[in-house]
Amino acid sequence: MTANNGTLVRVQGVDKIFRRGSEEIHVLKGLNLEVPKGEFLALMGPSGSGKSTLLNLIGGLDRPTRGVVEIGGERIDQMSDRELAAWRSRHVGLVFQFYNLLPVLNAHRNVELPLLLTHLTKAERSKHVDTALKVVGLSHRARHYPRTLSGGEQQRVGIARAIVTDPTLLLCDEPTGDLDRKSGDEVLSLLQALSREHGKTIIMVTHDPHASARATRTLHLDKGQLTDEPVK
Amino acid sequence: MIHWLSQVFSIASFNLRTIPERKGAVLASAVGIAGVAAVLVGFLSIAEGFRAAIMSSGADDIAIVLRSGADNEMTSGLTREEARMIGDAAGVARTEDGPLVSAELFVIINLPKRSTGTDANVPFRGVEKPATAIRGDIRIIEGRMFEPGRSEVIAGAGAARAFSGLEVGNTLRIGQADWTVVGIFTGGGGSAESEIWTDAAVLQPAYHRGDSFQSVHVKLTSAETFEAFTNALANNPQLEVKAMRQRDFLADQSSLLTGFIQGIGFFIAALMALGALFGALNTMYSAVAARTREIATLRALGFGASPVIVSILIESLILALAGGIVGAAAAYFAFDGFQAATINWQSFSQIAFAFAVTPQLLLSAIAWATVIGLLGGLFPAIRAARLPIAAGLRET
Ligand SMILES: Nc1ncnc2c1ncn2[C@@H]1O[C@H](COP(=O)(O)OP(=O)(O)OP(=O)(O)O)[C@@H](O)[C@H]1O
Ligand SMILES: [Mg+2]
Repeated sequence: MTANNGTLVRVQGVDKIFRRGSEEIHVLKGLNLEVPKGEFLALMGPSGSGKSTLLNLIGGLDRPTRGVVEIGGERIDQMSDRELAAWRSRHVGLVFQFYNLLPVLNAHRNVELPLLLTHLTKAERSKHVDTALKVVGLSHRARHYPRTLSGGEQQRVGIARAIVTDPTLLLCDEPTGDLDRKSGDEVLSLLQALSREHGKTIIMVTHDPHASARATRTLHLDKGQLTDEPVK
Repeated sequence: MIHWLSQVFSIASFNLRTIPERKGAVLASAVGIAGVAAVLVGFLSIAEGFRAAIMSSGADDIAIVLRSGADNEMTSGLTREEARMIGDAAGVARTEDGPLVSAELFVIINLPKRSTGTDANVPFRGVEKPATAIRGDIRIIEGRMFEPGRSEVIAGAGAARAFSGLEVGNTLRIGQADWTVVGIFTGGGGSAESEIWTDAAVLQPAYHRGDSFQSVHVKLTSAETFEAFTNALANNPQLEVKAMRQRDFLADQSSLLTGFIQGIGFFIAALMALGALFGALNTMYSAVAARTREIATLRALGFGASPVIVSILIESLILALAGGIVGAAAAYFAFDGFQAATINWQSFSQIAFAFAVTPQLLLSAIAWATVIGLLGGLFPAIRAARLPIAAGLRET
């Protein structure tokens, strides 16, 4: 992913309208966003303001009703489902509020999941998984199943899974939303380290000012648009 | 392609690993499918065994002649003169004693069944001396052949098994006469082993049949002379008869019953299959619902929609096949070779036969299970693939 003039994410004039029966929900209205490479951006805003919706558009999980979503110079809003799936597996790491680990797989296997979509051999996959688990400090938990891990540990497995393919862009939807302060802080430190030491570009949705304080920039979503100012 | 297959394989294996958490529903639907397979195999093996019993020993060089217009021996009637002309026709095998022709008559008697003690129909056949030479495979396995002119009977092995009173040395009161059982025989083709035989000349007066018969059994010089034989009969203006090869005759006689049994089997199996299909659909729909978030997560990570569909189909197929194989195997062990008697609807007589679970039956049961599995998995799989990823990720 090469970005022109250092911009990795470019969202331009994006509208997102959901239809629920006859009702139309206009969530994003002419939204613009540019995220330079290496930035750790926090997205805040009231519940239902469309933070997740925006993150999904940037992550290629959904398409805008109108407008441009360009990541690393690629127009992902124009890709087919199949192309998007392949694109996601190569370029984004996703971190979810509720971790979304597969309960039947141990930590190692969960982290390995995205690598099943690559052409790596089993040995190569194992090496990548070990590295990712080491980065999140969970090498000693590799054989543990999700239900035997604490929330904080599960989220770190989730982050290991997100970074195991070495994507440029990490998208985190309330990664600390389900964690206590201490575990949340650990996760935030980890994200911060990934941004600083590994040069990852991170977009993190959060409700927690404590979390957004760790970011390099914070934007607020209000009435379908982004502002620098907190919403009152 | 290998890539795609490995996706399918991975997702299918994750799915299958969740089965222990859902074992109740999974077991219920597998048992439903096993039931379908067992019922199908059970019924069809009855029909199969019956058909085999009837047809196995039917020969191509034996002809059975009935009055034209008669569907079976019961409704047929022939005079001695007609029987003689049939014996003189072209193609009939001969020995020094004359043509190999047996004019036969046939009455239905009642004997108590061993299993229930209640009376059931048994065919009582009067034959002429060449009868055994015509059939060729008649063996007296106990006792001896009846003597012409005496009130003696030999009982088919199947009849002797199914009915009491047919032990050698026993005396039966049938009609106004006493008959002595002097032997047990096997062979004879079709339902012969379920019959009791005596001398036609003794049976005629006992049942006031005058000098009439119901069928003429003929040994042909070879299977190929059947056409010459039927032509000869057709060209004789004094004869109004029709001839069939024994094999065709037996198949014809059994088709109503085998068709009936198969019909019942298919009907019940189809009803059960419908039930099993809903069971499978339900199991797979809830499996998909329970895994909505997992499926959405996999899709979000970049797994394709088609591997999701195929993996769910595989899971459903594995369930169905497990059920089908267990059901078919259970039916095989329970039924194959199981001895039974049933009523032959044309002659209203008991036919002894063994359930025959053939490989084809097992395959067809497994084919049914496969279809149930595919249909039961298809709609849930499509639903799973269509789930919007973003919404699915938040599902709890
Ligand atoms: N698939 C969908 N279909 C219909 N409406 C939707 C869908 N997804 C989101 N919405 C609606 O769009 C609006 C924005 O939702 P979104 O999840 O983006 O909000 P959010 O800012 O992430 O809220 P929260 O802080 O509660 O997570 C909400 O009103 C929501 O109900
Ligand atoms: Mg949200």
